Amino acid sequence: MKMPQSKTASLWSAVVAAGNLGSRTLVGQHSVASWHELVQGSLLHGAIEDLRGKSVVLATVDQFCAAAALVQIDGIVRRVVLYPPDLPLEHLAYVARTAEADIVITDQPAIDAETYSVSRVLQCGPAFIPHDVDRSSPLETEWILLTSGTTGLPKLAAHTLASLAGSAWHTDPASASIVWSTFYDMRRYGGLHIFLHAALTGTSLVVSSAHESVAEFLTRAGAHGVTNISGTPSHWRRALMSPAARRIDPDYIRMSGEIVDQAILNQVHAQYPRARVAHTFASTEAGVGFNVNDGLMGFPKEILESNPLIDMKIKDGTLRIRSTRTAARYLGPGSPTLTDAGGYVDTGDTVELRDGRYYFTGRRDGVINVGGYKVHPEEVEAVINRHAEVAMSLVKAKKNPITGALVVADVVLKAPEAEGNSTLERDILHFCRRALDAHKVPATIRFVPMLNIGESGKLVRRHA
Amino acid sequence: MDVRAEVTEQFKQVAQEQDRRLAPLTDDLTLLDSGLDSLCFAIVVARLENSLGADPFSDDEDARFPVTFGDFVRFYENAAK
Repeated sequence: MKMPQSKTASLWSAVVAAGNLGSRTLVGQHSVASWHELVQGSLLHGAIEDLRGKSVVLATVDQFCAAAALVQIDGIVRRVVLYPPDLPLEHLAYVARTAEADIVITDQPAIDAETYSVSRVLQCGPAFIPHDVDRSSPLETEWILLTSGTTGLPKLAAHTLASLAGSAWHTDPASASIVWSTFYDMRRYGGLHIFLHAALTGTSLVVSSAHESVAEFLTRAGAHGVTNISGTPSHWRRALMSPAARRIDPDYIRMSGEIVDQAILNQVHAQYPRARVAHTFASTEAGVGFNVNDGLMGFPKEILESNPLIDMKIKDGTLRIRSTRTAARYLGPGSPTLTDAGGYVDTGDTVELRDGRYYFTGRRDGVINVGGYKVHPEEVEAVINRHAEVAMSLVKAKKNPITGALVVADVVLKAPEAEGNSTLERDILHFCRRALDAHKVPATIRFVPMLNIGESGKLVRRHA
Repeated sequence: MDVRAEVTEQFKQVAQEQDRRLAPLTDDLTLLDSGLDSLCFAIVVARLENSLGADPFSDDEDARFPVTFGDFVRFYENAAK
């Protein structure tokens, strides 16, 4: 296993070391700052010293505020919890208690300290105030990412800057011309990964906002000359449905967070023929696993053995990962253990080996049982998505008195006016029957105008 | 809506989709001899719920499972009332 290169470097010092500070920018929906401004001052009203050694919940809605705060407080605070803007505030008290938080940082007026059992609420923004901070002996700040738990309460996964940033500690002379962006919010693993990559390798970064549409974001990203951009397959399917998709002209496109099927790889390539298209396996708990650059879904078997940075294995049908990139543990009493005795994280992602290549088939906890036969919704979606008229689909279980459950599908068409077309429904079903076993073919198809994509960028699934 | 016609149509449609040879749909035809398997029946029930707006199996958990095609049609006719 590769060891973290620099245990004591803070994000602040790594940003400074990456250079290009004056020429590269962090671009939000309403704010733009050079990285020079981000290291020279903060939006925290000069209160950095009050944060020293504290546990802090960073709960701003605005991504720009969160990014600016992280540059300043890593190495100063003992622990920082990244509270996603879409997570209801009713969970804030639980999260603050579990993280033993002293302070909440927010850009919202309606948060008071007593309600959330912290000693202080600190307002963030809107203007940078320059300050001098003693950074001579940085703490190794714990970074806490929230993931959805089975009980409805979020789970708090503990990382460090080293586990999150991995090998991104080098500046490339080419970095100065790179402008990264991502559909993800940086309070989610996929977005945080891009933020840290941009910060540590010395590139510009355009962050999205919960308050803008896909078309507005794409237009803004295009106007700032985005060269590299990442998102989930669901993000990309939605982007390709927008006429604003042609506003960006990236060199490099990365997908992660959900199973990447061949249809979306081909469609993205058709829209952006100039761009290199890669997909990455990563998760909040397991960290970044590997990149796949050959334009095909799944990954070559050799990746399991040949990656010097991480150890991977398949056990009981799911991918297991051991590396310096995994989360250390979950916070809180009675939390589940994150790794097995050998130090492996079970990703819960099921894989299947065919002709020397592994293919992701779904989530272990998402399997639909049709009369004793197992169906992974993702496998069925991948087939439906190959149909020429289909933009995206969601396959789910429907209770059935005879087989216990059946597979049904919600489908978004590329041309919504075709929704009333019953021949098209039959055609899609016929298409499925040619590719799938009978119990995997949806019993019914419903045409819908759009599918719900969560703030995590993933299709919202409700497991039966 | 004519319940019998809709049930008949779904039996034929599902049999065709699943490559099943469907027996002539007379009222005394035993469902187990109809040529449809349990997956086919499950699909018929799901489709009828969409078209008739009724799922008598789930509405009444104590209901006896219909034995003949005639029972099946009456089951849905009663539910649609």
